[in-house]
Amino acid sequence: MAAMQQESAIRTSNTARVLIYLLLLLFAFFYLLPLFVMGVNSVKPLSEITGGNMMALPEIWTLEPWRKAWSEAQVGVQATGLKPYFWNSIKMVVPAVFISTILGALNGYVLTKWRFRGDTILFGLMLFACFIPFQIVLIPMARVLGIFALAGTTWGLVLVHVVYGIGFTTLYFRNYYAAFPTELVRAAQIDGAGFFQIFWRIMLPSSGPIIVVSVIWQFTNIWNDFLFGASFADFSSQPMTVALNNLVQSSTGVKEYNVHFAGAILAALPTLLVYIVAGRFFVRGLMAGSVKG
Amino acid sequence: MGFLDIDSAFKTYGSVEVLHNVNISVGEGEFLVLVGPSGCGKSTLLNMIAGLEDITSGEIRLKGNLMNGVHPSRRNIAMVFQSYALYPNMTVAQNITFGLEMHKVPKAERESAMQEVAELLQIGGLLNRKPAQLSGGQRQRVAMGRALVRKPEVFLFDEPLSNLDAKLRVDMRTEIKKLHQNLGTTIVYVTHDQIEAMTLSTRIAVMNEGHVQQLGTPKEIYDTPANLFVATFMGSPSMNLVPVTISANGEAVCAETSNSFGETVRLAVPEAGSDLRSMSGKTVTLGIRPEALTDKDGADHRSTHVERCASAVGVTEPAGSDTFVTTSFGEAECVARMRADTDASSGAVIEFAFNMEKAVFFDPKSGIRID
Repeated sequence: MAAMQQESAIRTSNTARVLIYLLLLLFAFFYLLPLFVMGVNSVKPLSEITGGNMMALPEIWTLEPWRKAWSEAQVGVQATGLKPYFWNSIKMVVPAVFISTILGALNGYVLTKWRFRGDTILFGLMLFACFIPFQIVLIPMARVLGIFALAGTTWGLVLVHVVYGIGFTTLYFRNYYAAFPTELVRAAQIDGAGFFQIFWRIMLPSSGPIIVVSVIWQFTNIWNDFLFGASFADFSSQPMTVALNNLVQSSTGVKEYNVHFAGAILAALPTLLVYIVAGRFFVRGLMAGSVKG
Repeated sequence: MGFLDIDSAFKTYGSVEVLHNVNISVGEGEFLVLVGPSGCGKSTLLNMIAGLEDITSGEIRLKGNLMNGVHPSRRNIAMVFQSYALYPNMTVAQNITFGLEMHKVPKAERESAMQEVAELLQIGGLLNRKPAQLSGGQRQRVAMGRALVRKPEVFLFDEPLSNLDAKLRVDMRTEIKKLHQNLGTTIVYVTHDQIEAMTLSTRIAVMNEGHVQQLGTPKEIYDTPANLFVATFMGSPSMNLVPVTISANGEAVCAETSNSFGETVRLAVPEAGSDLRSMSGKTVTLGIRPEALTDKDGADHRSTHVERCASAVGVTEPAGSDTFVTTSFGEAECVARMRADTDASSGAVIEFAFNMEKAVFFDPKSGIRID
């Protein structure tokens, strides 16, 4: 009797499994469709797009649109392609991610291992930063950047993103370090390590998963940000997102869809890369400390 | 003045006082165990000695030097934590030498100090492993190695064995005792396990609710507990407490109680002090350890004051080496420790032997011992 029940359970699970896989494949196909359209159309000549089917594979394969998007397309005043803006974005995103992650780690360390009066309230206030809509701070931030003489510079954007990111990174690191045994800090104190030595030698080397979470989160957000880039950057410091918009929105001449597609993929590539390389740590890090063992 | 002095130490958190007027003086080479139930303040006291917690008032001195406010790393102490607190990102070797590195000891010296400790604790084969790759016992050794390598004046142990399984705990206990005998260092050791306290210490401080209840050698604590708390906390099974009425008749002093049938039992008290004499006619609490309450053949032959009386056996619990037999005296349940092959069986009436040399008396109201 029990064996029969078990067998039928297996059979049901097999049919259910087939159904689940079918459904998942369907969803995967649905979600991958736009990427397919982008990929396919970025490697065909413009005439094939305007004259035919968006879904069809190219008759003539060409990387010309990619080359054009990267180094020749008219973005803004000059025909520079997306290349300089790509580097603008890199120059902005790398220091911004690095600084906000380190500061978040330091905050988390202080808030959990060097408790002081009112630390919970302070942490609560910092969490508010996660909920403030971007639009609200535009004008005050413009004022601050003006005072610091950072308006229109890459470092100005770095400052904006660091300030906006600290709320999130502090949240991540505080929760991670809350589960980190305080006895380790005490042992290090007895061993003679100071505040920063404990941080560099004990805390940070044990923070791999949460660093990955913080880096992915910050990288994706800062790279994809459009509003701050469009508001606070000038031509010499505009990030990739703004340049892509300028490329696609340009109202003069023929709309080169194949170049637009290639440019859009170029703009999305770094976040994709970061996610693929570090993604498997992402879920692991988000779950860290939530379940024992 | 001792080696480590704790003078009228108080500790308060806000309005909560967790340590009241602690006075302990530890001599050089002594093994002091702080024992008590959880929340009694023993770990707080240890952290205060380590410098991890501030002292609210009072003084802590090491070799006569005032330690209040001195940073933990400058007190020349080392601590072994309950969780071992090994740095997870460092190898065993790095864990052991981290403290020396922080104190700017040259590399060659660090290396030789580490080898010495590794040999002493037999962890030479583990030096390149990470803590996660070690078993509980190995982690324990590494944690001790990290403490030993700095050659501190005082070792502090915070319940170091409580995370080990029962067998390993006994082995490590012996090893800590050996280590103390070989090195002769001063140790302050916190535990809630009274057997650990008895076996390891040269002196014990029994603590409860922030007060030191009694400070003395293991034998003093066990044989002449200062009050009912110490009497019941130390020893397993705990001391039997029987309500008795004292009757002083000239030189002779008797404690009267009843057996399981309600018949009066008179137990002669040898060498009764004047305080006990003055309680004549009043009810006090007689404390007698299970091993001082036996069957007549198992009684201590060297004792000259064994009192016998019959009573009915409640339950017998054979524990292999001994058999624990319950009965009642003065309507209080009593446990007697008898030989393993005792013929006591449930419901039988047998003769119990009280070794009155080991009996102690307490004031039932204040709980304090009466001599």
